[in-house]
Amino acid sequence: MNRDDEMSGTANAVAANAVADARAARSAELTSLNDDYTAKYGFHDPEDYFLKAPKGLNHEVVEMISRKKNEPDWMRAVRHAALDTFRAKPMPRWGDTEGLNGIDFENIHYYIKPQGEQASDWNDVPEQIKKTFDRLGIPEAERKFLAGVTAQYESEVVYHSIREDLTKLGVIFMDMDSALREHPEIVRKWFGKIIPTNDNKFSALNTAVWSGGSFIYVPKGVKVDIPLQAYFRINAENMGQFERTLIIADEDSSVHYIEGCTAPTYSSDSLHSAVVELVAMDRAHIRYTTIQNWSTNVYNLVTKRAHAHTDAVVEWVDGNLGSKLTMKYPAIVLLGERAHGEVLSIAFAGNGQHQDAGAKMTHAAPNTTSRIVSKSISKGKGRSSYRGLVKVNRGAHGCKTSVECDALLIGEHAVSDTYPTMDVAESDVRVEHEARVSKVGEEQLFYLQSRGLDPDKARLMIVNGFIEPFVKELPMEYAVELNRLIELEMEGSVG
Amino acid sequence: MSDQLLSPDHPSVVFACRGVQVYVKDGDTEKQIVRGVDLTVRRGEKHALMGPNGSGKSTLAAALMGHPSYRVEGDIWLNGERVDALEPHMRARRGMFLSFQYPVAVPGVTVANFLRASLAARRGTEIPVRAFRQELNAAFATMSIDPSFITRYLNDGFSGGEKKKLEILQMLLLKPAFSLLDETDSGLDIDALKIVSDGINLASGPDNGLLLVTHYQRILNHVQPDVVHVFMNGHLVRTGGMELVTALEERGYDWLAEEAAIPEGSRA
Ligand SMILES: Nc1ncnc2c1ncn2[C@@H]1O[C@H](COP(=O)(O)OP(=O)(O)O)[C@@H](O)[C@H]1O
Ligand SMILES: [Mg+2]
Repeated sequence: MNRDDEMSGTANAVAANAVADARAARSAELTSLNDDYTAKYGFHDPEDYFLKAPKGLNHEVVEMISRKKNEPDWMRAVRHAALDTFRAKPMPRWGDTEGLNGIDFENIHYYIKPQGEQASDWNDVPEQIKKTFDRLGIPEAERKFLAGVTAQYESEVVYHSIREDLTKLGVIFMDMDSALREHPEIVRKWFGKIIPTNDNKFSALNTAVWSGGSFIYVPKGVKVDIPLQAYFRINAENMGQFERTLIIADEDSSVHYIEGCTAPTYSSDSLHSAVVELVAMDRAHIRYTTIQNWSTNVYNLVTKRAHAHTDAVVEWVDGNLGSKLTMKYPAIVLLGERAHGEVLSIAFAGNGQHQDAGAKMTHAAPNTTSRIVSKSISKGKGRSSYRGLVKVNRGAHGCKTSVECDALLIGEHAVSDTYPTMDVAESDVRVEHEARVSKVGEEQLFYLQSRGLDPDKARLMIVNGFIEPFVKELPMEYAVELNRLIELEMEGSVG
Repeated sequence: MSDQLLSPDHPSVVFACRGVQVYVKDGDTEKQIVRGVDLTVRRGEKHALMGPNGSGKSTLAAALMGHPSYRVEGDIWLNGERVDALEPHMRARRGMFLSFQYPVAVPGVTVANFLRASLAARRGTEIPVRAFRQELNAAFATMSIDPSFITRYLNDGFSGGEKKKLEILQMLLLKPAFSLLDETDSGLDIDALKIVSDGINLASGPDNGLLLVTHYQRILNHVQPDVVHVFMNGHLVRTGGMELVTALEERGYDWLAEEAAIPEGSRA
């Protein structure tokens, strides 16, 4: 069954109920797991590593990472130069600069290599790591609905597989380190071309110490009909995870990539700072879905950008839960005529969390279109911000863009703010902008309560309804998972 | 005729209240809307509550259901049990029901999921999908609501009439012991009024009771009340039968206000 059934069925309440059943079953399972993030995702394994860089960042660490990976000289040079750029650059002024000042860059391990080599057979993954991913449901998901999987643990990808028929069609899906070895010409051609080293302080940091991440190449005309997935797991305390992802969809091809992320709960901070570059050639279609649920000690600072060429379509579907501070603004540069870009995101900010998320859309060619839909939920003392930029370059005639921000506040102390920026250089452009803030209304709660639903259940139902337009874009399994995560977040006091 | 002297926990009484006063926040102070209401509804009885616009009928109905924004004094019984200290969902689970004058929309929540959750809460057990679906289809047919509404979002973009029909559909499914129906007839055309009235009659039986809040006679011709109350200035100023409805249609509310010695400024 797919998600469309639920939405479009007429007299067919069965689909809706099946979803409800699946959710009920999942939440029953959840109850037995002690009902919180700490039990489900926040556990950590005993540390048993092949190599763990000492804390701190310097040229020796960068050199060590590159040597261990046996990288070509050009990449080593790129890394060292990036470290200098990182040091020279100030903190970004776009975003929650104050929150960023809480990061202690010297208290982070920049590279950790787990035991064992990368496996393509699940049985060959080291026992402890296997147990971790089993617990997170990874191989099960692969069996059910994925075309390929990579699983990254700390700095390295420990498991990787792809359906054979896709390999035969020329689809490449592997971790970035392997790609650098096996397809150096493609990597060298595109690496850092969408997001240059000096784009911002964190893209420079990632370029200096990157490890792991996914590389995907889809040849001309090939449509990958079911999703490819990567799963990222941080285990160690004070860990920095810096994966690097590059996806190239050649002309007339299409691909859907999904990533999921979690980390254990520690009292001191970890850092996740990825760089993701996408290229959609003429008429190609890329959908990139992220569901991340970091523990509340993780700084999550990710730079994502896509180039969309003529008639190409790029969609970022981005779900941000957890973390201490998230700053993420998936960007699309519409380079070719009639290219279309979409950013659909939700953010959930609980107590003490700041979700600073949004989108950047650049119309660099005529008749390009874009849509940004951002939904945020703030609960307790949580804060969520929408920060967005829509830019229409000179000469980009006949563009259309719409921005829609919806914020839902739960409780008296929850905060939401929006920082929309429009920079439009042409006059024949259609711009729509809509922003709404609503509270979980007393009248909605009373209505549901008057039908027997307890206040927690009623609130959860309202929140799930609020994010439904996002959830229905996800594959079924992810939809169920996201509803479950929201349920976790909603538990306990409203504060 | 209802006997106000009947003990509120008498086995023949489904719902009763004594000395109910309702206050709302008014800046830093409070404003009293309901000034002492006694009601006794016996099993099998239908009561009507009539009164001018703004007199506080909706406030009374919502307060009896436990709306959190009101401060309520007085005692409330359902099936012989005091419920005034209970939160709305606990009253609902014990069999109280409120059909809203203005049902709110809950975007993103399908009618099916909402109804299934309500039904499970009321019955105290999950309803198997198949059984639920059958029950739902039957109820939608009874209320002449297009089955496509099952997958629509709750009250989202519904017309006034569609909302009211869905309210009574819920009454049919939840089988309440006592229902407060707040202006369920307003905004309905003749056909919808007939459907809604038939639904109310179908949901009524010898064991349960209801209080129907309305302005107009027309629904009372379909749902014949046993007892009619007139509510003004926070009080029940008169209780009688259908003859009271006729008198109100002919003469308006003023003569009752004069009899009850309500000053001109406070008749709303
Ligand atoms: N929450 C509230 N806060 C302030 N005033 C209220 C509130 N609820 C109702 N009222 C006031 O109480 C009065 C009665 O309203 P209502 O109960 O809706 O009357 P009716 O249903 O009889 O038309 C009105 O003057 C209304 O403005
Ligand atoms: Mg009213």
